[in-house]
Amino acid sequence: MSQAASHAAPHAVEPAESPLTPESWGKLGMWIFLAGDAVGFGTLLAAYGGMRATSADWPNPYEVLGINLTAVMTFLLICSSVTMVKALEWLGKGDRGKCRMFLFFTALGGAIFVSLQAYEWTHLIHRGLHIDGNPWGAALFGTSFFIVTGFHGMHVTGGVIYLLSVIGVVSRRPDPAASYNVVEIVGLYWHFVDLVWIMVFTFMYLL
Amino acid sequence: MAGEHKHPNYMAIFWLLAVLTVVELVVVFLPFGKMINGTLLCGLAVGKAAVVAMYFMHLKFETRTLGLIALTPLAIATLLVFVILPDAFFVDHKTANVKPAAEAPAKH
Repeated sequence: MSQAASHAAPHAVEPAESPLTPESWGKLGMWIFLAGDAVGFGTLLAAYGGMRATSADWPNPYEVLGINLTAVMTFLLICSSVTMVKALEWLGKGDRGKCRMFLFFTALGGAIFVSLQAYEWTHLIHRGLHIDGNPWGAALFGTSFFIVTGFHGMHVTGGVIYLLSVIGVVSRRPDPAASYNVVEIVGLYWHFVDLVWIMVFTFMYLL
Repeated sequence: MAGEHKHPNYMAIFWLLAVLTVVELVVVFLPFGKMINGTLLCGLAVGKAAVVAMYFMHLKFETRTLGLIALTPLAIATLLVFVILPDAFFVDHKTANVKPAAEAPAKH
């Protein structure tokens, strides 16, 4: 009997990492938000694919848009994802200073990304790419380009503001353990932004 | 610390993602045609996204519940592709297929 009870005991207690424990509510909430956001991006990219497949004069994206600058932007976001995980790693070791430094580098990477995107948009607009037409073919090419990259750019901008506010949270809480969950959750958002860019870069620029 | 994960080798993952990005840039210019190049690029993108989700977002070390939440949009996106595919490939409405008005027979 006692043996049976000892076997049953581990199942009766909820594992510490379960999302149904209070410490993970924020993480669960962020994952649900990200799943919804992913459906939004998925719909945009699917609509892009549909429009492109039904158009006979869709321009070749990598010839019109150029991929050198966006390759640098992709590399930049990958680097910012590394600084993000480093921030969490240092906080786990109890070093709030290094955590804040890496969070700042992550936000800086995001700010540079958005600045490069603004530069790219300005350059393309001067060359004739507009939301309602362009000199290379289907008008919807410009529409979809600005909507998808703009939607992603807004996510990066929001992420930079979010990261800066989390630096404030880490600064205000003397105990590193008190901020761990907050930093982990902003990390989830930031990596998602990186993940989405990987798909946007492939579908909007390379294919 | 509560909620802390195992930390994978982040620098190895960074280099993997960087190398895969360079491979993508090379694939664009391969002379295999749009279908093969497109399939390779989609495969590379999905692979990179999976690496980010599994290691940077720690999905590999999370519970099954979070894994299922993360997989939901993937299932919806796959469904969406099958919804859009018939319209994109089996319906004759490409802009080039629309006959110009001048070619239509004049009605009196």
